[in-house]
Amino acid sequence: MDYALIPEGVKRCSFGKFVLWISAVSLLLLWGAAGALLCWIKGLNQTNMNDYFGFGIWITLDLAVIALGAGAFFTGFLRYIIGIDELKNIVNFAVIIGFICYSSALAILGLDVGQPLRGWFIFWHTNIHSMLAEVAFCITCYFCVLCIEYLPLLLENRQLKKIPSLNLFGHHLHRIVAVFAATGTFLSFFHQGSLGGMYGVLYARPFAFRDGFFIWPWTFFLFILSAIAAGPSFTILITWITQKITRKKLVKKNVIALLAKISGWLLLGYLFFKIADTIYWATVTAPARGFTFMDFYRNQPYGLWLFILEIGICGVIPAIILLTRRGRENNSWLILACFLNCTGVVINRFVFTVQTLALPVLPFDRFVTYFPSWQEWASSLAVIAYGIIVISLSYRYLPVFPQEKELNPA
Amino acid sequence: MKEAYKETTRYGMVIDLDKCTGCGTCMVACMAENNISFKEDETNKLDSITWMRVYKITNGRPYPNTEICYIPRPCMHCEGSHGHPAPCVSVCPATATDQDPKTGIVSQIYTRCFGCRYCMAACPYHARYFNWWDPVWPGEMEKYLNPDVSPRMRGVVEKCSFCHHRLQRAKNKAYLEGRREIREDEYIPACAQACPANAITFGDLNNPEHKVYKLKKSPYAFRLLERLGTNPKVYYLSRKGWVRRAADN
Repeated sequence: MDYALIPEGVKRCSFGKFVLWISAVSLLLLWGAAGALLCWIKGLNQTNMNDYFGFGIWITLDLAVIALGAGAFFTGFLRYIIGIDELKNIVNFAVIIGFICYSSALAILGLDVGQPLRGWFIFWHTNIHSMLAEVAFCITCYFCVLCIEYLPLLLENRQLKKIPSLNLFGHHLHRIVAVFAATGTFLSFFHQGSLGGMYGVLYARPFAFRDGFFIWPWTFFLFILSAIAAGPSFTILITWITQKITRKKLVKKNVIALLAKISGWLLLGYLFFKIADTIYWATVTAPARGFTFMDFYRNQPYGLWLFILEIGICGVIPAIILLTRRGRENNSWLILACFLNCTGVVINRFVFTVQTLALPVLPFDRFVTYFPSWQEWASSLAVIAYGIIVISLSYRYLPVFPQEKELNPA
Repeated sequence: MKEAYKETTRYGMVIDLDKCTGCGTCMVACMAENNISFKEDETNKLDSITWMRVYKITNGRPYPNTEICYIPRPCMHCEGSHGHPAPCVSVCPATATDQDPKTGIVSQIYTRCFGCRYCMAACPYHARYFNWWDPVWPGEMEKYLNPDVSPRMRGVVEKCSFCHHRLQRAKNKAYLEGRREIREDEYIPACAQACPANAITFGDLNNPEHKVYKLKKSPYAFRLLERLGTNPKVYYLSRKGWVRRAADN
């Protein structure tokens, strides 16, 4: 039925099967939309956030998807600026993943603020000293860049390509994509960093506060490093899932292995600086504010296990796997490493958002618990449904993977 | 010289914890004065709005050696230090919260706040509150609202303003009487005025003629979380060592 829209020379499932798949996923999206609408209409009392937990699952999700979406800008940077040619075979998919991540982050932010209609105040009444203002500017600009990067791929659609003006526009856009890749890299470095800076500057929250360089706390640099280490792993992970679902080889092993190696080295660099930062924070920064390292982990649910899980199990182990040739070449180990790497960055974002707020600072204050409401869960899970739908549509109707034909001869 | 002095006015509070009985009058006075709405069911204190909140602490020792202290906690109107302004001021992305350089009072512009709650994350005292619900006053209670204080809408953050409208009123009165300065007793927040034990003293911390100036220099004076460098303008007094130790980490 939709044969005319499917790229030439590739096989796709029947239209009926595709509709069924999209409908099933849409149910999750609708459930999320119901939760989101309730929050918009009735207010944030629909969530389980409170005055102790002003930030909840949504902010963790926001920070996590932005970190995981870093594969887009970083792959673009490596492909167009550094000139690693093999990555042209995965850069389209990385851009789609980035587009999904950033559009979801913006949508969730629109849900998370108490007065969404005043969202533009952040641009109009900007406080230039606020890290959040910088985040808002850079994310919005970078999302525009992602749209521009996605556009040439959309125009590659078999039917759209037949329109000469669009074809020409797409061709010219593609020629200057390096400019957008460079702009995207610049913007991404800043907003990934500012997201870290948002927490590092909280000098009255000793768990998050960090010293730093000039106006940037160390978390600024650590967030950039962790994002560019985890982003490529996330791209590999989603490529692997897509290959499993479509039962096709879509990207050659050498491309995946190269991305895995880059991810591994970046993860190693990140771990080195993260551990150095933790040691300095535990021995100098926190004690100067009257806290010992163990004060942050004792007598509350977020114990030392979370720290070990983040740095050890989801940091050191994937780094070892990704840095060894045998680890990268064994598919199971590679996927496990990518999964752990991504989990590590999600835990890191959770720690900086939720754990920072959960830990009482006043000595006589108490620890309160927070568990998201169904509206929060539904709208968060809807991000996954949205991602599946965008990937499914893109995969079906656009030539996302340049190596697909070669790897799957008719 | 007079102008220079005026520039450095720093309004602040000294709360004598040895006098505080924990009666909660300050909380009630604050709510009534500042048009703070309330929920039908106030059992969940985690999303209730209490600009002035009274904490109860004990020395942790068993009966008969148990001692109790009540700590009233308004907004600390932090001055900040080492180039940092108050923790909440620098983080607000839309400049909805600011510190008045002439008085030191940390303000909140409700109509500019878009409810990101970053300021709440920055405040270690939990002095900032989010309007999770639409403000509602039952029955005839709307008639009792203070016309000098704007009610807040759902989805914005609010906090103690040191009854800033009272400062405006005192300034207007002084202006009409041809004065440039206001007297110490002309500007007092509702909590300090209502306290039956006279535990709360308010004034200019920089003015040697004001009571708070002398009180803050007492050897028994301390502030909450001094080591964080927030530099609060709310001081506490207690002769009990365990109370003073309980205020900081």
